[in-house]
Amino acid sequence: MSTRLPSILEEYPYLSERDSADHPAFNCPQDKILEFLDHLKSSKGFDFLCDLTAIDHFDQNPRFEVVYNLFSTHQHEYIRVVTPCRGEADPICQSAVSLWAAADWHEREAYDLFGIQFEGHPDLRRILMWDGYPFHPLRKEFPLAGKEVEFPSEELTERTGTSVKPAPMAGGPFHASQCGSMVNREPRADDESWNELNEKTETPDAENAIPRELRDRN
Amino acid sequence: MSIKEVSIGDIGARSAEADQEFHGDKMMINIGPSHPATHGVLRMKVELDGETVTKCDPVVGYLHRGSEKIAENMTYNQFIPYTDRLDYIGPVHNNVTFALAVEKLAGLEMPERCQAIRLLCCEIARLQSHLVGVGVYGMDCGALTVFMYTFTIRDKLYNLMEQLTGARFTTSYTRIGGLARDIPEGWLGNVLKVMNDLEPVIEETDKLLTRNKIFWDRTVGLGVVSKEEAINAGLTGPNLRASGVAVDLRKDKPYLGYENYDFDVPIGSAGDCYDRWLVRMEEMRQSIRIIRQVVEKMPDGPWYAEDAKKIFPPSKDKVLTSMEELIQNFMIVTEGPQMPAGEVYFEAENPKGILGFYIVSKGGGVPYRMKIRSPSFCNLSILPKMVPGHIVPDIPVLLGSLDFVLGECDR
Repeated sequence: MSTRLPSILEEYPYLSERDSADHPAFNCPQDKILEFLDHLKSSKGFDFLCDLTAIDHFDQNPRFEVVYNLFSTHQHEYIRVVTPCRGEADPICQSAVSLWAAADWHEREAYDLFGIQFEGHPDLRRILMWDGYPFHPLRKEFPLAGKEVEFPSEELTERTGTSVKPAPMAGGPFHASQCGSMVNREPRADDESWNELNEKTETPDAENAIPRELRDRN
Repeated sequence: MSIKEVSIGDIGARSAEADQEFHGDKMMINIGPSHPATHGVLRMKVELDGETVTKCDPVVGYLHRGSEKIAENMTYNQFIPYTDRLDYIGPVHNNVTFALAVEKLAGLEMPERCQAIRLLCCEIARLQSHLVGVGVYGMDCGALTVFMYTFTIRDKLYNLMEQLTGARFTTSYTRIGGLARDIPEGWLGNVLKVMNDLEPVIEETDKLLTRNKIFWDRTVGLGVVSKEEAINAGLTGPNLRASGVAVDLRKDKPYLGYENYDFDVPIGSAGDCYDRWLVRMEEMRQSIRIIRQVVEKMPDGPWYAEDAKKIFPPSKDKVLTSMEELIQNFMIVTEGPQMPAGEVYFEAENPKGILGFYIVSKGGGVPYRMKIRSPSFCNLSILPKMVPGHIVPDIPVLLGSLDFVLGECDR
């Protein structure tokens, strides 16, 4: 595994080694990525695309990186290739669908959740969220509790007069910051305006839905 | 009027001239998201020319819960219950794979007993998953009885899980650096008993369907995936091996000490639906074989990493009596097990295929980014290639042969 690593670095001078806790990993510039992946696939035997994903390095430049985890079905080795995306708010990366059909859905997922445009992808649509959803939820600025959005269809919104409420995830042990002092990292409720002592103020909706005496009986 | 004779085996892939003759207006239909043949909330937009499918567009995401986003906001141990909800047919295997991935990041080596218990859990999970996969597959082909047989015995496997973990489905059995608890007394004997009960069921299922003419007609030559196609599309698990690719991480990249046990990896030759059935049937027999060896060789010793004091919490009696252990316990619970900064990608051979966790850590008890490479997601991505050319009644058979779980696909 590690014996092949220097030779790859010599062979492709544009690469640089990347920190990794397990498999050999390389940083590859965006304009060479397809060329390098093609070489890995055809001459180094890394024929299996395990995984394609992205990382959002919120306040760094370049902000988005695309990660390829490859496997060789003959030598049983892994390799990781990482490439930065062009562009800050609208990151762009070259599509690997021409090399692996497996990249199709993975790239659609990265587009859906991170908003990365894959150049050359035949059918770049959202896959996990619905068409027309306005956000990219795995970006770091997107809140865990979600954002309120209209129903998928405008027609439906008009007729029912309702919209999708954010998932009830605020509060409880879910919210924990990843950086800062230990005190900041402690899991805490998002909305701390109420607790066991001060009861939550009831919204008019909830009161109308079930009469007070009925609720008490339950 | 001329009557055209079409042999059963040819229905899957009719000749071009036959297509010309039957050509008419195309029709678009929706199968799912709530349809018994889609095993969950999979929706397929299918374009039909008469009875033949010309285009298939699977729509996934109806069960998307944002597991990856949630993982970025909680400690490693807190995420373990969420891994139960990935492949909920054999949940304990997800627990083990996740724990192994995080332990790889920490550079932890587990004691032998812990590994053996985990391996036992993995193989039981494989049996649970394949029993459902095989039973439901039979049902999709119109053989309802098999489902009853496999579900009855599967329940006994869940009884085993209940004895071990206290829960039947949402096991949450592993911890980073160990397990929730040691195996209870007499449990290994129960495992052997269930294995003895299970073997005749597999043979019975085998007799019912494997050489059944009707089953043959429905599955042989259907949904053929070639070796190259399977690798290119990222198929894994029994689906990949049925296409003749000998990739099984238990052999190729042994983890949990799989190299110490004797077992065979079944490989298909044609890559059709029938081969996928055969591979799953044989894998169940091999799992029983592994389980018997593990039970026989079950080593003594600690069942958690004793030296990983910042990762695995100390035992309760020590926490309540000693100051140092109390502080450790408090730190692990509030801050999470302390991990070094780094990137790790770990894959294990789950029942459905290869489950991978790609973890980016910037230190501390919470991952910066966690990607779950789910086998069902990748296995389903072959549908647009596989389904066109087949007729509508074959769609349930194709789906059944892929054996996917939407909880894992949508995450």
